[in-house]
Amino acid sequence: MADYSIQELMIIAAAREIADGELVFVGMRLPITAYGVARLTHAPNAVGLFECGIARYAPAEGMLYTMGDPPNQQNAAWSAGLVPVMSQLQRGRVDAGFIGGAEVDRYGNVNTSYIGDFDTPKIKLPGSGGAADIAAMSKRLLVIMNHEKRRLVEKVDYITSPGYLDGGDSRARAGLGGGPSAVITDRAILRPYGDDHELHVASIHQGHSLVEIAENTGWDIKARPDMDETPPPSSQELAALHEIDKDGFWH
Amino acid sequence: MRQKLCDLDQAIAEHVTPGCSLVMGACLEPDIPFAATYEIIRQNITGLEAIAPISDASTDMLIGAGCVDRVTGAWVGNVSGGLGHNYRRAFENRDTPSVNLKDHSNFSLGMALMAGAYGMPYAPMRSILGSDIVKSNDQFIEATNPFSDGKEPIILVPPLIPDVAILVVQRADAQGNNHHWGNRGVAQEAALAAEKVILLANEIVEPEVILSDPSRVLVPGYLVTAVCHVPAAAHPSPQTGCWKRGNDFFNDYHKQSRTEEGFKQWLDEWVYGVADHAAYRAKLGASLSDLKITGSALSAPANYAAE
Repeated sequence: MADYSIQELMIIAAAREIADGELVFVGMRLPITAYGVARLTHAPNAVGLFECGIARYAPAEGMLYTMGDPPNQQNAAWSAGLVPVMSQLQRGRVDAGFIGGAEVDRYGNVNTSYIGDFDTPKIKLPGSGGAADIAAMSKRLLVIMNHEKRRLVEKVDYITSPGYLDGGDSRARAGLGGGPSAVITDRAILRPYGDDHELHVASIHQGHSLVEIAENTGWDIKARPDMDETPPPSSQELAALHEIDKDGFWH
Repeated sequence: MRQKLCDLDQAIAEHVTPGCSLVMGACLEPDIPFAATYEIIRQNITGLEAIAPISDASTDMLIGAGCVDRVTGAWVGNVSGGLGHNYRRAFENRDTPSVNLKDHSNFSLGMALMAGAYGMPYAPMRSILGSDIVKSNDQFIEATNPFSDGKEPIILVPPLIPDVAILVVQRADAQGNNHHWGNRGVAQEAALAAEKVILLANEIVEPEVILSDPSRVLVPGYLVTAVCHVPAAAHPSPQTGCWKRGNDFFNDYHKQSRTEEGFKQWLDEWVYGVADHAAYRAKLGASLSDLKITGSALSAPANYAAE
């Protein structure tokens, strides 16, 4: 067995989605670590944005529980308000944004608000935060989540953060560009395919199979014709990750 | 000149009236005025509307204690623990939710407070297009951009004018002039929009200290209604340069609030069982002093000399 955890593979897969020089809404936990790996490897000029009003070049030194913790304030590129930082989404400057999801559907729509009807929900989830804005306005949306049948569903009960809506040109008709570029799970990477933009399996992590992925997906998921195995982490990528994750939290 | 410096219990009793709307947690995760959350619960002020993009556990506590029955926000929960148990109980296994929620995204709430702050009749925006937020919150209006040639969809956000904004700052003088540093979330918009502003200051300083650096002022004292000296007012949330996040405290709250009974016991221990915030700090003891930032990373001085 390779000497890396599935979380480490997900982090490195997420890091590969960030190109050099890009402006990225980073989020917390796994994506913020991915941002750090990207900066140390192929994207030394990426810039990270945080909804609370922070922009950073180098990731924070020191453990972060939230984006507003003191290590994220110290030596930030910019410490301002939510409006000036999040406005860069509407201004069209943000290349990519990471969000998590309780439920994602075949068109990449994300629900973090209500399971069931919104008037009388079965489960009340915390809500959007900045996820709706990031999903609507980033040039590429990156979703990170665990691959379970109850989470990858045919149709979400509530669209908190828009993906390709009903597929086809429905997102464009709603006035939105961009859209989901990848859903990174603990089994595979899904990407939209074709004019319909339905999520397809783009690559499978080592040790997993298409049959197993289909069994754990809530719609009849198909493979892209160019489907491949997710490249395992390189020694350089792992070294960068270990430099950031000194305590081995993700290992 | 009216003295604005007063005790927290007095500021809350005088300005947070039953049924009023209240911004608490405007900076998102840091600077959440938990000291005021506890005092509102102790005084059992009810029928409140909680307004915040991300209020961490503050709104969850106020809902569980029966003080808040309306929420205007983008995210309610417990950042360390994930879900907010009181928030969930207010919606789940009921014929109708006990909390009326006006769904927002972070940016739409920022736009609503900005419109309130700047006297705009409404704020046009795009970033909640495609989201069901515009369906579950009927305050938004779907429109088309009158300046576009085609039919460019936009969303109109009504202004939000809160009754009170309660904000945490590092230092203030006795008239409410203040310095705040670190990320500001929607604190400035909230302060400019609200009818009243209550500041909780980690430190009270001479007016000259604030005047020496006007660019660090959140809002000037003439817009502040009351200022209270409350060290660690944001605990367990962090405050830049002063206090680290009390993550264990958030986790303990998350565990204990899992049941209604457990939440009541938590309230008895940390809110009803302590007379005021000084007693709360004393009860925290070493677990609070461990969170105190003792290091020094000073910014370079800025010269404001006129000649």
